[in-house]
Amino acid sequence: MTHAPHKDYSGAKLGMWLFLFTELLLFGGLFVLYAVYLARYPQEFASGGHQLNVVLGCINTLILLTSSLCAAMAVTAIQQDNRQLTLRLLGGTILCAAGFMVIKYVEWSAKIHHGIYPGSARLVEGPPGESIFFSLYYMSTGIHGLHVLIGATLLAWIAWKVRNGSITRTDFVILENGALYWHLVDLIWIFIFPLYYLML
Amino acid sequence: MSITLQEQPTTDRGFWNDTGKTGIGSWIFSTDHKRIGLLYFYSVLGFFLVGVVLGLLLRLELMAPGRDLMSAQTYNALFTVHGVVMIFLFIIPGIPGAFGNMVMPIQIGAADVSFPRLNLFSWWLYVIGTVLVLLSLFTGGGAPDTGWTFYVPFSARTGTNVSLALFGVFILGFSSILTGLNFVTTIHRLRAEGMTWSRIPLFTWSLYATAWVQILATPILGITLVLVIAERMLGTGLFDAARGGDPIMFQHLFWIYSHPAVYIMILPAMGIISEIIPVFSRKPIFGYKMIAFSSLAIAAAGSLVWGHHMFTSGMSDTAVLVFSFLTFIVAIPSAIKVFNWVSTLYRGSISLDPPMLFALTFILLFSIGGLTGLILGAAATDVHVHDTYFVVGHFHYVMFGGTGFAFFAAMHYWLPKFYGRTYKTRPAVIAWGLMFVGFNLLYFSMKVLGMQGMPRRYYDYLPEFANLNMVATVGSWILAIGLVLMLVNLFKGLFKGAPFTGNPWGGATLEWSTPTPPPTLNFITEPVVTHGPYDYTALKHDVREADSGVTP
Repeated sequence: MTHAPHKDYSGAKLGMWLFLFTELLLFGGLFVLYAVYLARYPQEFASGGHQLNVVLGCINTLILLTSSLCAAMAVTAIQQDNRQLTLRLLGGTILCAAGFMVIKYVEWSAKIHHGIYPGSARLVEGPPGESIFFSLYYMSTGIHGLHVLIGATLLAWIAWKVRNGSITRTDFVILENGALYWHLVDLIWIFIFPLYYLML
Repeated sequence: MSITLQEQPTTDRGFWNDTGKTGIGSWIFSTDHKRIGLLYFYSVLGFFLVGVVLGLLLRLELMAPGRDLMSAQTYNALFTVHGVVMIFLFIIPGIPGAFGNMVMPIQIGAADVSFPRLNLFSWWLYVIGTVLVLLSLFTGGGAPDTGWTFYVPFSARTGTNVSLALFGVFILGFSSILTGLNFVTTIHRLRAEGMTWSRIPLFTWSLYATAWVQILATPILGITLVLVIAERMLGTGLFDAARGGDPIMFQHLFWIYSHPAVYIMILPAMGIISEIIPVFSRKPIFGYKMIAFSSLAIAAAGSLVWGHHMFTSGMSDTAVLVFSFLTFIVAIPSAIKVFNWVSTLYRGSISLDPPMLFALTFILLFSIGGLTGLILGAAATDVHVHDTYFVVGHFHYVMFGGTGFAFFAAMHYWLPKFYGRTYKTRPAVIAWGLMFVGFNLLYFSMKVLGMQGMPRRYYDYLPEFANLNMVATVGSWILAIGLVLMLVNLFKGLFKGAPFTGNPWGGATLEWSTPTPPPTLNFITEPVVTHGPYDYTALKHDVREADSGVTP
C-alpha cells in the first residue's frame, strides 16, 4: 500500500466543525446558568445589566463583526492567489482582536475600580443576585476574551504559514479552519452582547 | 477481498520494525495509530493497576469495623483518588484510546486515522492531565478528599488540592474530545472501498456512537470544572447558596456530562462483545442493524437521563418522574443488545477460548449491573438505596464487570494479533475463574450491604455489617490474585509465547485479513470490501480462492 501524503479537505473541515460544536457546548454551560439565574433574580440582573457600558459593548461588537469580515475575505483572497491581500486581511483581523481586548480591558478596569469583581466586598455585601450577575459576566466575557486571544494567536500562526508559502491557492484548509474558529469567537460574542448589555 | 497476500505471516514483525526507527522517540512521537494505541494501552493499564491497589487498600481498611489501617482523612483521599484514577485515567480513555486506536482504522480498511498528529497530541494531553492529577496528590493541601464527583459546596471549600486535580481532569477531557472528533471524522472519511455503513464492524459502530458522546458531553464537564476552580480561586459564588448561587446547578452540569460519560465507558465495551460473540459462536451476529442502531440510541437517550443521580437532591416531582421514565427508556436498547448476543449464541458452535469466557462473563455481570440500575432508576426505590453500597455494587458490576471484563476480553482477543505471539490458554482460564469468583464475592456483598442500609464512602460502620464486609475484602484478594495471574500469563505469552499467525479464530472483520503483526500502513494492498463483517461463508470462500491461487 503506497502512502501518499494524506490530504482530505472535507475531512479537515468536518473535524473543525465538530470542534466548534464542543466550543458551543462549553459556552452552553454558561448560558444555561444565565437562564436559570435570570429567572431567579430578574431585578438584580436588570440593574446589573444597566451598569454595563452599552457604547463600549456596541463598539466591540462592530469591531468583531469587522474582524470576521476580514477573516472571510482572507479565505477568498487566498483562493484568488492574492497572498499580499490575504496577509493584509489577516492583519486586519488580528488588529481588530487587539482593539477588542483593549476595550475589554478598559471596561473591566472601570468595573474593578468601582469595586465590582468576583468576591469583592461590594458584591459580597450587596444583593446575592447582583453578585451572581457579575460573576457570570466576568466568567463569560473572560472565557470569551481568552478565546479571542487564542483565535488571534492561531491567525497569526496562519499568517506566518501564508507568508512562507505553505498555505496556497490549492491548499488553504488551515486558513479556512482558522477563519471558522474566528467566526465562532464572533458568534459567541453575538450572544453574549445582547444577553448582558441590551436585553436587561 | 485480496486475502492471498495478507494471510502470510510477516517475518519482519510488521509495524514493530518496518519504519526502521527504534528507541523511545519512535514511540512517544509516533503518529502510527497502532503505536499510539499501545501507548494508551500501557498507560491506562498502569493506572488501572494503581486504581486496583488503592481499591485493595480501601477494602483492607473496611475489613473490620473501626480503624484498621489508616486515618479517616487518608481514607477520604484514597476513595477519591481511586475514583478519579479509575474513571478519568482508566475507564474513559481505556477502550477507545487503546483498542479503538489499535483496531478501528484497520477494521474500516484505512491506513491511519484522519488526524494522526492530533491523535498523538491527544495522548500527550492525556499524559499532561495525568501528571497534573498526580501532582495534586502530593502538593498544596494534599490529595483531594471530595470523592470523584467533586460535589460543591465541599469541593469549593476543602483545603485539599482540588483545583489542580480539576485542572488535570479538564485537560483529560480535552484529550477525550480530540479522540472523539478524530474517530468520527475517520469513520466518515476513511472507509475503504466497499465498506458501506451496513458493513462497518460493530466495534467501530460503538466507537462512533461513543465519539459523539465524547464530543457533545465533555465540554459541559470542562466548563463546570472551570467554574469550580473559579469558585475556589476568585470566589465567584455561582454554586454558593450563601452568595445567591445554587449547588444543585453544579450537580445538573456535572451529571449532564458524567451520566453520558458512563456510556463513553460502556458502549465500546459492548462493541468488543459484539465482535467476540459471533466469532467464537461460528455464527453471524444476530440483529446486526439493531445492535448498531441501539448504540446510537443509547448515546442519544443516555444524554437525557442525568437527573436520575439527583432524585434525593431536591428536584420537582415532575422532573423526577420524567428523568425516571427516560432512564427506563435507556434500558430498551441495552436489552436489545443483550438479547441479540444471546440469540447469536443460540445453536452456535461455541468455543470457550479465553476471549469468549470474558465476553460471556460480560453479558452476565452487565445484566446484573443493568437490572440493579433499574432499581436505582425508579424514583421510589432509589430514595431507599441512594448513597448506599448498593450504588457502589451496581456501578462496579457495570463498570468493572462490564467494561473491565470487556477490556480483558479485548486484551486476549486482539493483543496477540499485534504482538504476533500468544498466551497459554489454561492459566488464562484459571485466572478468569478466580476473577469471576472474587468479583462476585466482592461486589455482590456490597449490593446486599447497600440493601441493609450501609452508606457509601463511610470510614466506619455498624457491627451488623461486619460479616459481609469481611466477605467482600476476601473477594477482593481472590480477584487480585486472578488479575495478577491473568496479566503474567498474558504478557509472558505476548513477549515469549508461541507464534500467532493468520486468523486462528476465523474472524471476518478486516483486522484478521492483514499480516500479523500488521505493517505500519496496515494493508499490503488497499482492501476492497466485498462482504459483511460477520459473513463467515464468504470468508471461507475467500480463503478457498486464496488457496487455489497459491496451489501450482
